[in-house]
Amino acid sequence: MSKGMVDVPPKGGFSFDLCRRNDMLTQKGAKAPSYRKTGTTIVGLIFQDGVILGADTRATEGPIVCDKNCEKIHYMAPNIYCCGAGTAADTEAVTDMVSSQLQLHRYHTGRESRVVTALTLLKRHLFNYQGYVQAALVLGGVDVTGPHLHTIYPHGSTDTLPFATMGSGSLAAMSVFESKYKEGLTKDEGIKLVTEAICAGIFNDLGSGSNVDVCLITKGHKEYLRNHMLPNPRTYVSEKSYAFPKKIEVLLTKITPLKEKVEIIESSDAMEE
Amino acid sequence: MTKQQANWSPYDNNGGSCVAIAGADYCVIAADTRMSTGYNILTREYSKITKLADKCMMASSGFQADVKALQKLLAARHLIYQHQHNKQMSCPAMAQLLSNTLYYKRFFPYYSFNVLGGLDSEGKGCVYTYDAVGSYERVGYSSQGSGSTLIMPFLDNQLKSPSPLLLPAQDAVTPLSESEAVDLVKTVFASATERDIYTGDKLEIVVVNAEGIRSEYMDLRKD
Repeated sequence: MSKGMVDVPPKGGFSFDLCRRNDMLTQKGAKAPSYRKTGTTIVGLIFQDGVILGADTRATEGPIVCDKNCEKIHYMAPNIYCCGAGTAADTEAVTDMVSSQLQLHRYHTGRESRVVTALTLLKRHLFNYQGYVQAALVLGGVDVTGPHLHTIYPHGSTDTLPFATMGSGSLAAMSVFESKYKEGLTKDEGIKLVTEAICAGIFNDLGSGSNVDVCLITKGHKEYLRNHMLPNPRTYVSEKSYAFPKKIEVLLTKITPLKEKVEIIESSDAMEE
Repeated sequence: MTKQQANWSPYDNNGGSCVAIAGADYCVIAADTRMSTGYNILTREYSKITKLADKCMMASSGFQADVKALQKLLAARHLIYQHQHNKQMSCPAMAQLLSNTLYYKRFFPYYSFNVLGGLDSEGKGCVYTYDAVGSYERVGYSSQGSGSTLIMPFLDNQLKSPSPLLLPAQDAVTPLSESEAVDLVKTVFASATERDIYTGDKLEIVVVNAEGIRSEYMDLRKD
């Protein structure tokens, strides 16, 4: 019986093993790697028949636009959608994970998913990770208990609201909602208001831009309006096409033949001694 | 107890991009008109291009307060020159003045990334490019600012002469015509606007040639 160390298999969850090392490195001056954030405007509002969610489509890596038309409204369940702001990988991963959990739950219970179920699964996960999973979400849907709209913050707190905005463009969008929102909006009024709020974010916030995505959920029906509005076409396309006229110049050619193939002579008694 | 870092900075970056291209008998200087701070837009209509002398324009991106101070200083120095020499400063002379002015503040620099464009004493287009502390070089084309990393490689591809190892260095001016150069500048800014959040709103193009100075504007994406 060996008396050596027994390797305990990892129990899952976030491994904090490298945190001391990372702190030491930052103190020594090493820069931590940057994340791709969605620098976003996301909104949601409750109208007379259900919930409308909206989002812009720009993803940024610092000052550069890395995706001009990304999807920020994520599917959770047939009757529940979730907009995500913050670190793109975190919003994708957390919404995908909870979406799978909801489906398993639907199989287990035989019922349509409820928005509060998605809410609790998300907030438990985010609180567990103490804010390191940087996902700020606007969750909306319609279930047997009616229409619901919630915001979820990266540390795990939630709010239940009639209208909500998140992301770097949230102030621009909220200014539109606070001026023009009223209870009992019709479908067209609701979509128009959501579009106006997202446009406020797109034009006034540098972290948001490109197009407007809208998702409308009512009892038993949903409409995912991808690129509902495209207010930012390219402003100039030259008639002259910019070809690459210059060939790559060859400065030096040197051919090094590889070693010749070595023949291995199979001898069946070579190893049997 | 870690060393306390400064939590106030005298500088801010107002963003934006500038470009200048020299031709045989003209010079195109262009800059976007967006002024921003952080994720907010301060104004969509701020000109980054200023006239320093009769045939000499400067486009500057960076911290606009420092840019404004620099422009005032150069204008004053140009006025003194005119009183003393009874003529306008030539573009190469202004180029050296700008370099010296920037280096004067070597240990508290002007946060200003400049591109000087105009006609030299022979009437040929000239472009001078600077860093924040005054290192300068006469070139055929240049870009500065937040979009310069996106713009410069494209200008290199379209305007740069083939490898100097194969052919002797060509004249530092592009063989393009004036309208082709303007078309190139419009394309370059429309593309930079797509991918740089600090570039956009409107493009101001200034063309300096023997007849004088003319301005042109083009709309860019406002998001």
